[in-house]
Amino acid sequence: MAEDQVIVGLEVHCQLDTKSKLFCGCSTDYRSDGPNTHVCPVCLGLPGAMPVLNKRSIEYAMKVAKALNCTVLNESEFSRKNYFYPDLDKAYQITQYDKPLAEGGYLEIESDEGGERRIQLTRIHVEEDPGRLVHMGNAERGKYSLVDYNRAGIPLIEIVSEPDMRSPKEARKFLNKLRATLEYLNVFDSDKEGSLRVDANISIKGNERVEVKNITSYKGVEKALTYEVTRQKNQIRRGQRIERETRHFIESTGITQSSRSKEQEHDYRYFPEPDLRPLHVLSWVEGIVLPELPDARRERFVLQYGCSLNHARTLTGELKLANFFEGVVAADPKGLSTLAATWIADTLIGELNFRSMNLDKVDAAGFTGLIGILKMDTITDKMCVEILRDFLDRAKKGLHYETPAEIMDRLKIRKVVLLSGTASSTSSVYANLVVGDPITDVIREQPQAVEDYYKGKKGAFNFLIGQVMKKTRGCADPGELNRLLTEALKKREA
Amino acid sequence: MESQKLTFEPDDRYNAFLTICKKAPYSNGKLSGIAVAVKDNISTKGIETTCASKILKGYIPPYDAHAVELLRKAGAAIVGKTNMDEFGMGTTTENSAFGPTLNPCDTGRVPGGSSGGSAAAVASNMVQMALGTDTGGSIRCPAAFCGIVGLKPTYGRVSRYGLIAYANSLEQIGPMGRTVNDVSALMQVIAGKDRHDSTTYDRPYTHTPVADVKELKIGIPEEYFGEGVDPKVAGVVKTAIGRLEELGATTVPCSIPSMKFALAAYYVTCTCEASSNLARFDGVRYGPAADTKKSWHEAYKEVRRAGFGTEVRRRIMLGTFALSSGYYGKYYAKAQVARENVKADFKRLFSEVDLIAGPTMPTIAFRLKEKSDPLSMYLSDILTVPANLAGIPAISVPCGKSDGMPVGLQIMGRPFEDECVIDAAFAYEQAVN
Amino acid sequence: MVTEKDVEHIAELADIGINTDELGTFTNQFNAILDYFDVLDQVKGDTTVTRDLSNIMREDIVEPSLPRDEVLKNAAAQEDGFIKAPRVM
Repeated sequence: MAEDQVIVGLEVHCQLDTKSKLFCGCSTDYRSDGPNTHVCPVCLGLPGAMPVLNKRSIEYAMKVAKALNCTVLNESEFSRKNYFYPDLDKAYQITQYDKPLAEGGYLEIESDEGGERRIQLTRIHVEEDPGRLVHMGNAERGKYSLVDYNRAGIPLIEIVSEPDMRSPKEARKFLNKLRATLEYLNVFDSDKEGSLRVDANISIKGNERVEVKNITSYKGVEKALTYEVTRQKNQIRRGQRIERETRHFIESTGITQSSRSKEQEHDYRYFPEPDLRPLHVLSWVEGIVLPELPDARRERFVLQYGCSLNHARTLTGELKLANFFEGVVAADPKGLSTLAATWIADTLIGELNFRSMNLDKVDAAGFTGLIGILKMDTITDKMCVEILRDFLDRAKKGLHYETPAEIMDRLKIRKVVLLSGTASSTSSVYANLVVGDPITDVIREQPQAVEDYYKGKKGAFNFLIGQVMKKTRGCADPGELNRLLTEALKKREA
Repeated sequence: MESQKLTFEPDDRYNAFLTICKKAPYSNGKLSGIAVAVKDNISTKGIETTCASKILKGYIPPYDAHAVELLRKAGAAIVGKTNMDEFGMGTTTENSAFGPTLNPCDTGRVPGGSSGGSAAAVASNMVQMALGTDTGGSIRCPAAFCGIVGLKPTYGRVSRYGLIAYANSLEQIGPMGRTVNDVSALMQVIAGKDRHDSTTYDRPYTHTPVADVKELKIGIPEEYFGEGVDPKVAGVVKTAIGRLEELGATTVPCSIPSMKFALAAYYVTCTCEASSNLARFDGVRYGPAADTKKSWHEAYKEVRRAGFGTEVRRRIMLGTFALSSGYYGKYYAKAQVARENVKADFKRLFSEVDLIAGPTMPTIAFRLKEKSDPLSMYLSDILTVPANLAGIPAISVPCGKSDGMPVGLQIMGRPFEDECVIDAAFAYEQAVN
Repeated sequence: MVTEKDVEHIAELADIGINTDELGTFTNQFNAILDYFDVLDQVKGDTTVTRDLSNIMREDIVEPSLPRDEVLKNAAAQEDGFIKAPRVM
């Protein structure tokens, strides 16, 4: 297996969630506005304009450096990376080169075998985002580009890992953990479109490495790398050499493509940015108070709420999810946490993903109410899912808000209380809603099946269960039905 | 503050101006109604700013340079934009895409550069004062050649915001005028910290010139009177230094050994920075149109070949080479070490002397087209670039004539002692007038 | 010594555009200038650059951007609020 060892390193670019841009006072809140509405002489690269560093961007980057256990350099500085591209207003990007903000550090992820694995980091630095290009035209009428400089100058933090990951899945885990950490630090908003971009280096041990650029989503990383692993392994199997090259990930098709256009060879001619002064911020580290980070919160969830390790990991994997969980159980942590953890981690997340819905749209009080109803044992798990789906659909469509209890009434969802001879369910507050005695009815109507059951025929019991369920339109609690039917059959035999 | 208009319709026979504002608005203030010319590499809101380059033809800045904003606030009437060597790259103002400026003292000669238009406008009395910029002598050289006063302030004392960068780490905007008093008055307006320029210091200039050099110790570096310096020019300057001694200053011979590397360090640094600064001129956001049907490199090459003059292209390429992979260490990095040596030399000297004096330029103004070889042109900057490398203040004040042409006395001082430099120049000026 | 090929390569890096009839002159001039720059080989040591100002930063405060017509007015071509640029694909 050793010769098939996959080696992955990532360069992750995240937009820092500041109010103004990295080097000017233009607002970073540009996504809902038209092109070129958030630009000024500085971020448009007008002749004579000069950058002035946004302090908060450095404070944010320092938080990240501390949280990721990096070593902050005594002196760091900005450099110019020179290259021509229409989205680059000054024809150089102000970034950090030989004196980054911080070096080293690590991030722990859950390894594929379970347990923690430490991914070493190379460095982190701060740089500016270029503008955005829209590709226009066609081959016959001529192609051209349109440029929107609203994004130009948005602060980015670049986090570079060592080639420490061993699979595309680990790369995804690294990215998820990194995102969670940045969110916990309150320096990054992963919901913002295009707020994250990843370049990946991937190789099969003993072969040249390939750089995959243009990955713009969390899922994209695993997809792009999985494609690359297959491609590279196939190539090796066929006895072909892996070429050291840069490839672009095409999100829509999930494949990577060689950047065949023979661009100028890269010679970025870095040199220190003469319009900015060096940074001496090592002394800030001590004063930075870090919030509770994902690992600590996970451990707390296990201890405080009795969550399983898996549930705790899932719930703390996203800041909003963890906050949502704690909000739901706040009123009655002892009574609700197990149920809430299960329902959020195992059901709610899936239902939201299915609907491409954001957790923000879920009313926590409503969800708490639903868990409360479930807790009182007045609905079955299946009913709970049905109510939840309706609840989410309404929220997604923006319909008038209904509480889960109201949804229950509207859908006429009730757990049917089964009365069968002397056996009866007493746990329900809806005892007045008994609809006949379906168990006794079925035993009367299906003598053959009952006989088969006494003869020990497999399937007879399940058939009878099915018949009762049919009568109750699926509203019976399966466990309870099982118990009551067994009792009734036993009683009849006697 | 009511806005008034100054009518400005000069006979610009020296081609000093690229743009003339015939009705220049002005307001109340320290410079109320005074006609001030601004070099065309300094951004002026609503007034075409070209750096004397075809690549910026038609460019109207949507903002004022900080120095211009301060000028307007002080009530000055900005009457026009002056000619220059394209992007400041030259010592003659012949490298303008819009024709050379002529020296008012002798129209067969250059006014010096790169702020030749500003110098000619002042020397010919079209304006009382002007803003120039000085990257390697671009204020002092034309001041010397045209017989006016020009100050390159301490680096960081005047905001560069809005100055279209040629070599950021070297250049400063500075005042030019016929008298030291005018230069000082203009300096009062433009100096000070600017939040848009991270390299400025909170060191405003509130000084009024005092004609006093008593007890000042002036270093006379041997390199400023050595090989390459016209003996006649050297003679005129020595006489002027004699006047300073008569006024009570003492002079001591000294040496700046790092002068050996200074010019190379200067040209490596400025071309490297320029290659990056001028990369943005690609015909997309401003300037003549790039052909959007072409691929970007092709379109950019076309625009840049047509838009930049030969000297600009030469310096961009030199800088690109000096920064390129494999050469950074030999050129850029070494130039920075050499620059530190120059700074160290000045620091050592200024622990012993208060000022350093010598000629501004090794010769009088060149004849038009006299300097055709780039290297020989570069060599004429040898006496001015040390002040830029060290970031120290330096003034050129007229100190007599050689072959009928003006000669400039250059006085350099400690960082942020622009006042002391001004006072010495003022003392000399008052003594000879 | 730089060759004409080197100069062509530099021109390529700088997107400067160079005509073949200019190559010879530029190459000769570069060699003369670079010869002169060789004096830097005699500079000893690798002193780090001294810059006395550090940590010059601004507060994270939003300031007005330019009106869009000011942004677009100097651009040679525009379309729907975008600035038109050469193709990259």
